Amino acid sequence: MDWLLDPLNYDFMRQALMAGVLIGVLCPVVGTFLIVQQMALLGDVVAHAVLPGLAIANFLQIPLLLGAFISGMISTFVTTWIQTQSKVKIDTAMAITFSSFFALGITLLTTLKSRLDLEELLFGDILGITVADVWQVGLITVAILIAVKFFYKELLFFTFDRLGAEASGLPVNAINLGLMTVITLAIVAGMKTVGVILVMALMISPAAAASLLTTELHWMMMIGSGLGVLSSLIGMYMSYFLNIPSGPAITLTLFVCFLLALLFSPSQGVLTSHFSMAKGQNSLD
Amino acid sequence: MLEVENLSVSYRGISALEAISLSLMPGELVGLIGPNGAGKSTLIKAILGLAPCQGQVLFNGIPLRRQRRRVTYVPQRSQIDWDYPVTVWNVVMMAQTKSLGWGRRPGNEAKRLTSAALDRVDMLTLKDRPIGQLSGGQQQRVFLARALAQQAELFLLDEPFTGIDKKTEAIMVDIFAELSAQQKTLLVCSHEWGDNLNRYDRLLLLNRKLLADDRPQAVMTMDNIQRAFGSNMPSRFTQPRTMRLVS
Repeated sequence: MDWLLDPLNYDFMRQALMAGVLIGVLCPVVGTFLIVQQMALLGDVVAHAVLPGLAIANFLQIPLLLGAFISGMISTFVTTWIQTQSKVKIDTAMAITFSSFFALGITLLTTLKSRLDLEELLFGDILGITVADVWQVGLITVAILIAVKFFYKELLFFTFDRLGAEASGLPVNAINLGLMTVITLAIVAGMKTVGVILVMALMISPAAAASLLTTELHWMMMIGSGLGVLSSLIGMYMSYFLNIPSGPAITLTLFVCFLLALLFSPSQGVLTSHFSMAKGQNSLD
Repeated sequence: MLEVENLSVSYRGISALEAISLSLMPGELVGLIGPNGAGKSTLIKAILGLAPCQGQVLFNGIPLRRQRRRVTYVPQRSQIDWDYPVTVWNVVMMAQTKSLGWGRRPGNEAKRLTSAALDRVDMLTLKDRPIGQLSGGQQQRVFLARALAQQAELFLLDEPFTGIDKKTEAIMVDIFAELSAQQKTLLVCSHEWGDNLNRYDRLLLLNRKLLADDRPQAVMTMDNIQRAFGSNMPSRFTQPRTMRLVS
């Protein structure tokens, strides 16, 4: 058991694990809404698009979180604007937006002579997580979970049948804006732990694995969160003992979780459904 | 009474609907027909205020968009992702979302309405089933149950008869008659053509413009078909009373 407790002797590891657990709960909840709207790549757009905001915030000496949030929100508006104003489809609009914002971010980081460490931003840095960071992630997580619980039935209706929801009089534009805000906040919160690129994995992989294990949205969120926390913890320990960056360690653990669900899901697993078919065949014989 | 005055819709400079004016009376079951791309779904969406449009839509003298609880919309089945993780019960419960208000959980009344609507379409026994495991007809009945549970006065249905079984068709025809008797107003968009259209009190023939608005027998004439389809009229379109349009 010593190996389990050993990392906890260090402040940075305790803080990293706490941040990891919080992000592990939060990201899959938000990612679930992206998956059911077939917009998984939007997380990627926002994740890349926070870079210009980080560069400018660093230059102007304002909170990085604020800069990242504004920049991420602008990217969602730009994506929607391109899609609605032309015949360009949503996936193309997303590809254009995220690459452009990412390029702008790197350009700004260079020209503004930012002291931000690009590698740390992209891949996360568990050594750099402070107590203040943990509090920040904690507040964002609690606020988002309360909002999702409070607006659950509206979010369910909106993400299932947007036109039906609008026809019934729900303020769909406000709900959409709320969702974009929540997605951007979750990405900003996950930035420190896993980095802007890999935070996407924490949003999508556990929720996607959960979607293979259940048929109800709230269960998809809860199972997704469970897998997110588990993967965060396993990834952090791997990062500590194997001396690999935390982001990739968590992401690879998430992929293993997804793979297991894909192969062994009781109802939809590639192998389990194969075996149950074979069993059914035998009983017919 | 639903009054539509000079409703026009255009997408990126291309006109989709031109100056549509019509009125629907309480208790009327009206069919909206026309070739593919005629703007049938667009008209329904424009009436609901879901598509950018010019013109006026009044329900009992007040703009419809200010009283959306009195109208219910059944979208085309193809518009929905049927792999969405949700059960039959929760889809029908969506009808109560607006009336319950923010943050409120469904109470006994909401549950009673949901249960009664599912029972009416013979889907109560399947209430816990994920929607992805339903047949096309069953999916359509779930959406009809959601519309019933909303207790609206005006029903707008987009292609409800497409790809369904005989049982579902019989249930829907029965429910439409029942709603009509309760003085509800129904506008049903359909790409069918033939004797089935006699089930409607009135037909609206659409192809960007409103080409005919009359009793089924008066609308289903060769002359009207030619006006609606123009040179694109299917070659086997010789016996309009027995033909179905090919989608």
